[in-house]
Amino acid sequence: MWKFLHRLASPPHFYRIAINLIPWFAMPGLLLLAYGTYAGLFVAPADYQQGDAFRIIYVHVPAAYLSMMAYMIMAVSAGIGLIWRMKLAHAVAAAVAPLGASFTFLALATGSIWGRPMWGTWWEWGDPRLTSELVLLFLYFGYMALRNSIDDTSKADRASAVLAMVGAVNVPIIHFSVEWWSSLHQGSTLVRKGGPAMDAAMLYPLLAMIFGFTLVFGALLLRRLRAEVLFRERRKRWVRDLILSGNGKR
Amino acid sequence: MTPRRQRMLAVGLALGGIALAAGLTLRALDDNMMFFIAVSDVVAGEYPADRNFRVGGLVVDGSVRREPGSLQMRFRITDLRCELPVSYTGVLPDLFREGQGVVAHGRMAVDGEFVADTILAKHDENYMAPEVAESLAEHVSEQTAGLSQGSGECNNP
Repeated sequence: MWKFLHRLASPPHFYRIAINLIPWFAMPGLLLLAYGTYAGLFVAPADYQQGDAFRIIYVHVPAAYLSMMAYMIMAVSAGIGLIWRMKLAHAVAAAVAPLGASFTFLALATGSIWGRPMWGTWWEWGDPRLTSELVLLFLYFGYMALRNSIDDTSKADRASAVLAMVGAVNVPIIHFSVEWWSSLHQGSTLVRKGGPAMDAAMLYPLLAMIFGFTLVFGALLLRRLRAEVLFRERRKRWVRDLILSGNGKR
Repeated sequence: MTPRRQRMLAVGLALGGIALAAGLTLRALDDNMMFFIAVSDVVAGEYPADRNFRVGGLVVDGSVRREPGSLQMRFRITDLRCELPVSYTGVLPDLFREGQGVVAHGRMAVDGEFVADTILAKHDENYMAPEVAESLAEHVSEQTAGLSQGSGECNNP
């Protein structure tokens, strides 16, 4: 097991393995998304209060969950990179940031579109859930800006790792904001005492979307990570050999 | 101590310090983190008198009165302990109805009425098909019939 992990952490080995892993994430992920989209739009009944407007949950919840999940991946790999000086871990943090920012934006945008007819407002300053999620977006932006402003890769790795880990304090704040303080945002429907507060016909498509989003996110992360590894190792011999051997396109 | 352990310790201490600092800051800001004030607190006089604020509660069943020919309306909101009269002129969000959670933004008038300039509807975490909601409402309404009539103590000064 340790030997396998050690081998995986070596950039050339990871680069070769990752290409074979991607379809195992992408295929079931896309299947789940196809089922979830169809069932979410046509099979699930309309909500008793919100009508069809509730269906935005099938994008909003997976995006919001992944926005936080991606940040935790970023912060943990930044920490691993800092402590164990592991290059691949820093590469993971660098590769996941734009994905996390995209999902954060998607969660904010879908929430805003839903909020206008349901709550009666696009955006409310001062709401703890909304504000902390916006802070998450700015943390991603800050992380990416900091990386881009430092030319030396290992310096950029270390400086941005500190920012990523400091910002991790925001993730539990986002999650618990609706419990700790009064908020316009409702509490969690899925993770609550007494089980999910949702009809099964609505719940299964949602679970499919959550797992589908996660798997596609995994495939995208592997793709980005391959590119990141290749760029970081561009002066290494194995990359030169790869290109000369004609396998550079893979 | 190996350099790696040193780094581990440094990272651990830094994270602990940040978590502590964040926790203390949020504790100190607790009142400001609240999006709205509960009805009981407003009735007890615990609200900022010099500025607008938000109050949250459920719309009392049967309390909504509309002025004919205008957008002006009056209703009462409750947190199941105290009730507060609210007046509002304007368009309501889709989810506004009796028994629904709302957040009203505005100020207290001298006569103890809350004059709202914005009404937001608050959604809860329950998602149901209409048929399920209907059959559920029939069963539940008998049990909770007395609930909105102030089952708790309201400390009205």
